[in-house]
Amino acid sequence: MGDLLINFLSGPVPIEAYLGVSLIMFFAGVYGFLSRKSLLMILISVELMLNAADINFIVFNRYLYPGHMEGFFFALFTIAIAACETAVAIAIIINIYRNLSSVQAGELNQMKE
Amino acid sequence: MAYSSFLQMNEEFSLLIVMISLLVFDIFATEKSMRYFQPLALVLFTLHTVINCIPRDAFEVAGGMFHYVPMQTYVKTILNIGTLIILLQAHQYLNDEANRIKKGEFYFLTLSTLLGMYFMISAGNFLMFFIGLETASIPMSTLVAFNKTDHKAAEAGAKYILSAVFASSISLFGMSLIYGTTGTLYFNEIATVFTGTSLQMMAFVFFVVGLFFKISLVPFHLWTPDVYEGSQTNITSYLSVISKGAAVFVLFTLLVKVFPKIITEWQHILYGLAVLSITVANLFAIRQQNLKRFLAFSSISQAGYILLAIISGTALGMASLVYFVLVYMFSNLAVFGVLSVIEQRTKKVLMSDYNGLYQTNPKLSIVMMIALFSLAGIPPFAGFFSKFFIFSAAVQQGFYVLVFIALLNTIISLFYYLLVIKAMFIDVNDAPIEKLESDFPAKISFVICTLGILIVGLISSFYNQIAVFSFGI
Repeated sequence: MGDLLINFLSGPVPIEAYLGVSLIMFFAGVYGFLSRKSLLMILISVELMLNAADINFIVFNRYLYPGHMEGFFFALFTIAIAACETAVAIAIIINIYRNLSSVQAGELNQMKE
Repeated sequence: MAYSSFLQMNEEFSLLIVMISLLVFDIFATEKSMRYFQPLALVLFTLHTVINCIPRDAFEVAGGMFHYVPMQTYVKTILNIGTLIILLQAHQYLNDEANRIKKGEFYFLTLSTLLGMYFMISAGNFLMFFIGLETASIPMSTLVAFNKTDHKAAEAGAKYILSAVFASSISLFGMSLIYGTTGTLYFNEIATVFTGTSLQMMAFVFFVVGLFFKISLVPFHLWTPDVYEGSQTNITSYLSVISKGAAVFVLFTLLVKVFPKIITEWQHILYGLAVLSITVANLFAIRQQNLKRFLAFSSISQAGYILLAIISGTALGMASLVYFVLVYMFSNLAVFGVLSVIEQRTKKVLMSDYNGLYQTNPKLSIVMMIALFSLAGIPPFAGFFSKFFIFSAAVQQGFYVLVFIALLNTIISLFYYLLVIKAMFIDVNDAPIEKLESDFPAKISFVICTLGILIVGLISSFYNQIAVFSFGI
């Protein structure tokens, strides 16, 4: 166990470490999306999920397919798209605040069966 | 690579030209000349529809990122006609005092959503596909929240964008795993190396969730009724017809083109989803009083029927899918058109408000009746033939039990469609909706829809034309 830890710390960072980080980020985002009450926190959780996918793309490209650039470019495009999504989502949340004076998800209960 | 090859993307370029000229007109037009805006938009868009309706030979642009096959012309033309009908129906809404200033935005957002769907349909690479998907869904969420002062619209907008981003980020995570296991993003290269190892299966399931969300199949449908109820009626029809039509076509091409080696696995997934979507949506539709929620559940169950075409994975399935989308577009847009005329003038959307509609508005009631009969699948109308082709595509591959369940559900769906017809024709009402005069563009849209429902079913050349190109996916 001790040797394993020393190997792990002294050698180059293995790909599994990065993938572990991205997986934890992704499911933290899923958990946050389902459990948070504020719309802004829900939005931040979704951003976490998008960024986890970006990390995956970059790590796969860097470690497994270093000859290509596809993963890097995909991550770049995704960052731009995530920015657009955040902008539109925040605009809609501001509109909700103007209408309801609150950004709590529980307040969005005008329509239900 | 010569840049001139980009000019082959006719549909996209002509739509872009329409969009930009409308934007420029909207910016520089004076108050007085703004009344020419809508006629100009409709003429330009009709022109765009007409010049792009003839299929061309298959080609690739940008090293296979953009992959055109002749079948896509039919799908894009169907989407164009649907958008045109919706623009005609939205004419009255955009001329209201409160919305007059937002005309330009409405057209620009609608058409940019359409452009995103074009790219999604023609994608040959996951990057292109993802950009198309997002270009289709981000402007869509602003359209859903278009009525800024309406609480319900704001609520629907938030529900739509948050769940859309959630679904697309799950989908993106799946794409990253697909990239990790195959080392490429091009559809034709993935098809050869995607053999269905356990990581690849996980990637596949993550990836398709995004599309299932767009089509609103049952476990992923929870946003649908709220968003449909909250947004403006013309936008609801856009969501339920255009956005769904594009997504089912893309789902079919992706499953057949990119994941042919795991066909038994995805057939199992689709089997369960089809049964769930049709049954659950039908049962929920029965208890709806609000007609927009009612149509939301009806459209979920129609999406379940479409899965029967996808599950076959054959050329017959492809042809019957595109034909089904064509017929579904005409029928659903007729219903939504009547709904939008009535909601615009009287703000009434409950089924009990429609009691005795035939006495005061016979023409609207008859259009709605024909459309509902077509949705339910009653023989002389096109809906019967489209369902028939879908069932035969599924039977051909041996899905007898699935087709039997779908047939049973057709009877349930007939029951709830007839509830609306009974309300309009039989139920008595002391104070029915007063006599309404729909505006000229809406009348044109009703004529197009009714003719579509009557003609597309009876003249077989429509189906034959579609079937000619159905192999080229």
